[in-house]
Amino acid sequence: MRNIRIIAKREFASYFGTPLAYVFIVIFLALTGSMTFFLGAFLFRGQADLQPFFVYHPWLYLLLVPAVAMRLWSEERKTGTIENLMTLPISTHEAVLGKFLAAWAFCAIALFLTFPIWITVNVLGDPDNGVIMASYLGSLLMAGAFLAIGSCMSALTKNQVISFIIAATACFLFTMSGLDIVLNFFRAWTPDWFVETIASLSFLTHFNAVTQGLIESRDIVFFVSLIAFWLFANILIVDLKKAS
Amino acid sequence: MRPMIELDQLTKRFGTITAVDNVSMTVNAGEVLGFLGPNGAGKSTTMKMVAGFLDPTSGRASVCGQDVGTDPVAVKRRLGYLPEGAPTYGDMTPASYLRFIAEIRGFDGAERQRRVDAVVEKVSLEEVLHQPIETLSKGFKRRVGLAQTMLHDPPVLIMDEPTDGLDPNQKRHVRSLIREMAHDKAIVISTHILEEVQAVCSRAVIIARGKIQADARPDELRAKATNHNAVLIITTESDAGPIKSKVGAMAGVSNIQTEQKSDSIVHIRVFPKKGQQISGQIGDLLRAENLTAREMFVEQGALDDVFWDMTAETKQGGNRNA
Repeated sequence: MRNIRIIAKREFASYFGTPLAYVFIVIFLALTGSMTFFLGAFLFRGQADLQPFFVYHPWLYLLLVPAVAMRLWSEERKTGTIENLMTLPISTHEAVLGKFLAAWAFCAIALFLTFPIWITVNVLGDPDNGVIMASYLGSLLMAGAFLAIGSCMSALTKNQVISFIIAATACFLFTMSGLDIVLNFFRAWTPDWFVETIASLSFLTHFNAVTQGLIESRDIVFFVSLIAFWLFANILIVDLKKAS
Repeated sequence: MRPMIELDQLTKRFGTITAVDNVSMTVNAGEVLGFLGPNGAGKSTTMKMVAGFLDPTSGRASVCGQDVGTDPVAVKRRLGYLPEGAPTYGDMTPASYLRFIAEIRGFDGAERQRRVDAVVEKVSLEEVLHQPIETLSKGFKRRVGLAQTMLHDPPVLIMDEPTDGLDPNQKRHVRSLIREMAHDKAIVISTHILEEVQAVCSRAVIIARGKIQADARPDELRAKATNHNAVLIITTESDAGPIKSKVGAMAGVSNIQTEQKSDSIVHIRVFPKKGQQISGQIGDLLRAENLTAREMFVEQGALDDVFWDMTAETKQGGNRNA
């Protein structure tokens, strides 16, 4: 635990050592705000909830979270610091977890800074704050899942741009897999259980369930196990590819 | 003599290329081992395997009795490792970077600060302590890497080209650091600078194409040079002929080479038979025959030549003037 904390602390500080952190936070806040008010017609729906705010999160994360994750391992490999890191007395899983937690904490801060919209909706009406809490939790979990995918892809290559593109593509597939466009493609030639499996992997399906106030354990379990799976793959890839 | 590093038939293959081929050796406390070889000989690969960064294809390595394969974290705790090029996090300052290293090495609070302060003083980093590492000169960057390597005062140090790319003063500084630490530690440095081996190493291992070619003290290696103990006589053209014939007739002489340096100056290099000292006899002979040599040296042999002989892919043999 101690080592994970130390790694996470260093990694977290390094986000703020470059302009990346500030650029990310500003863009994230500007985009969530404008999507909520313009695309989501927050003010004209006549409903006191944050549905128009949360509904765009999967699409925002699709673009922004891989940008947070892309440097985690690619940069270490590119600059050769991975050789330092992996010859310190820590194990690979501590390094992977520490980095992941740092990136996740960073996303949590960006998400936390959207609190004015929560205040706004409480001033304008009388929303169900339980649902909003649940939605925030769901959003954070979904960001974690995107990050785990991104971190794993980042370990694959020295090139941050490639790692960004692969991660964004993988995240896109996970987001879209519940939509009919994707499912119809499989329905024609695969058995039903396969189609259902793909549909059940969809971020959108699980996230929408949470934002409607239905906190079911299966949605939480879905995101947590997805994070666990991708981080496990991440550990394997770091061990295999660190020296190449 | 305690064995600190033990390599047992260590082998690493990348696809069809065998980078390190069945290397076995032991490094004891108090030794500074210079790991020599041309680029691509397998120096870095061997060091990475000892440091636990690369897994060997076969064979094993151990540090302080701990096997790298079975307990890598225990090995890494006892090891200071400087990777080639001394990479560090450019966005951190030396102070924050060394604090991070100290924490991960298990030091907290006052002890952490004491360790960082001590190592900063040792490598003279005070003046740049709070500047981002990426803005520092190469020499300072290297020193940050060295500080990282020795912060926890490890019994075993492995440094991959610690002085590569430094200016002569910085090289001298790094070498004196290594010499200071040498008495109770096992230190391995890789280099292709041969003067460095003579300056700091108590033992030299030459590796080429993944195999150990030689393992000896630097002076023993030098004795293998073809011109070791050869006598160089610098003389005038008129005396060169008689000297050549008289000296060539001596019992201990195996070969003579001459080289016309300018119109009037001739260099005569006399190679002794194996193990013979001939300088005294040559001196006596010249006096007795009343021949004048302007200057006369006994050559020590250069490590460069030994290195060449052991590592060159294609030997040019007779074309070379040793």
